[in-house]
Amino acid sequence: MKSDSDRITTDHSHDGIDRRGFLKCMAWAGTGTLCVMQSGILKSYAFGSELSANAAGELAFAQISDSHMGFNKPANTDVVSTLKAAVDKINGLSVRPEFLLHTGDISHLAKPEEFDTVDQILKSSVAKDVFFVPGEHDVIGDDGKQYLERYGKGSEGAGWYSFDKKGVHFIGLVNVMNLKAGGLGTLGPDQLAWIEKDVQALGSSTPVVVFAHIPLWSVYPEWGWGTEDSAQALALLKKFGSVTVLNGHIHQTMQKIEGSVTFHTAASTAFPQPQPGKADSPGPMKVPEEQLRQLLGITDVNFARGEHSLAIVDSRLG
Amino acid sequence: MNRKGYVCLFVLLAASAVAWSRLNAKPVAAPPPATPVEVRIDNFSFSPATLTVATGTTVKWTNRDDIPHTVVSDDKTTFKSKVLDTDDTFTFTFSKPGSYDYFCSVHPKMTGKVVVQ
Repeated sequence: MKSDSDRITTDHSHDGIDRRGFLKCMAWAGTGTLCVMQSGILKSYAFGSELSANAAGELAFAQISDSHMGFNKPANTDVVSTLKAAVDKINGLSVRPEFLLHTGDISHLAKPEEFDTVDQILKSSVAKDVFFVPGEHDVIGDDGKQYLERYGKGSEGAGWYSFDKKGVHFIGLVNVMNLKAGGLGTLGPDQLAWIEKDVQALGSSTPVVVFAHIPLWSVYPEWGWGTEDSAQALALLKKFGSVTVLNGHIHQTMQKIEGSVTFHTAASTAFPQPQPGKADSPGPMKVPEEQLRQLLGITDVNFARGEHSLAIVDSRLG
Repeated sequence: MNRKGYVCLFVLLAASAVAWSRLNAKPVAAPPPATPVEVRIDNFSFSPATLTVATGTTVKWTNRDDIPHTVVSDDKTTFKSKVLDTDDTFTFTFSKPGSYDYFCSVHPKMTGKVVVQ
């Protein structure tokens, strides 16, 4: 049950966001939060409350990220089990997702057998279609050649593409290629030009979902958690009333809302990473065995056009 | 001049030649060490971040992180390791003097430099 104290009721800047309530929503990210945008008002519910009938909508899909198949260090010696647990979680969702998004780092070392294992495990998902974007680990060693062969059919350039589902426009972007010394994630001029062309004919009321591996907002540039030219990409989406940006890479949930854009990062299914700046490096975080699955998870997203609502829910594996 | 005299003169000339050549010799660079100089990859950083070595020195990078890294020169051609998993190593011999900037192509915030003298 949601408590009334968790609802956001004040909106001083008339932008649909109650700052105090939003901060509360932010604070919960990582422990499981449901944030629902309804009629321009953001409401947050503690994780564990059932998805309300209003939040369940026309289109439901789930996001998984950073499965790092092949990783076997102390932070998680069994990434197969945790990916299977993520699929079980997806299969148990009250609203059945129509498809999955995997936001990269499918594999740990881009080995064929690592990709094979993930593909095999995902076959047991109730949602059969999986849309991928690569993480930097998936393009290691061969500049993404193998990734493109496996997952890039019908894509452009280094593997970017778009598709439509029930009136929602999805854009899968690649920001892990041609990285420059000292820099962050990069989309590059070719991809930016493609985005401009891709959205040209769309009406401004079309809900847009952008998904890419490295966050398209500046989470913590000191650790490379950001994308050099993300502002240029978002400028190309300015006309849209609803843009949802889904990322992975940082192995923890985080959410930010800027105007009509909601940024959200998903948890990993493999291992957690420290909060920005809270450790010497962003390396895998070793936690007591019994806490591991509380820091791993999946994300599911619901659209209900009639309600003008968008719901992003993070669920923990344990 | 008798035979002893010629020998004396020869010795004197030879000694002078050696002294002259020593005076005019350019400073000779220290020979490169016989074993590789180590750079440690740890906590998403290269240590030391800047390494100064003699020409001909072999540098060896070892990845001590739980995450794979690479060692790639900024121009992406001078040297480029394959992916280094935990405890994997990469070696490169610097045969020409110069300053070589490099980075991890997976985590480009990780940068380092080798100065070859």
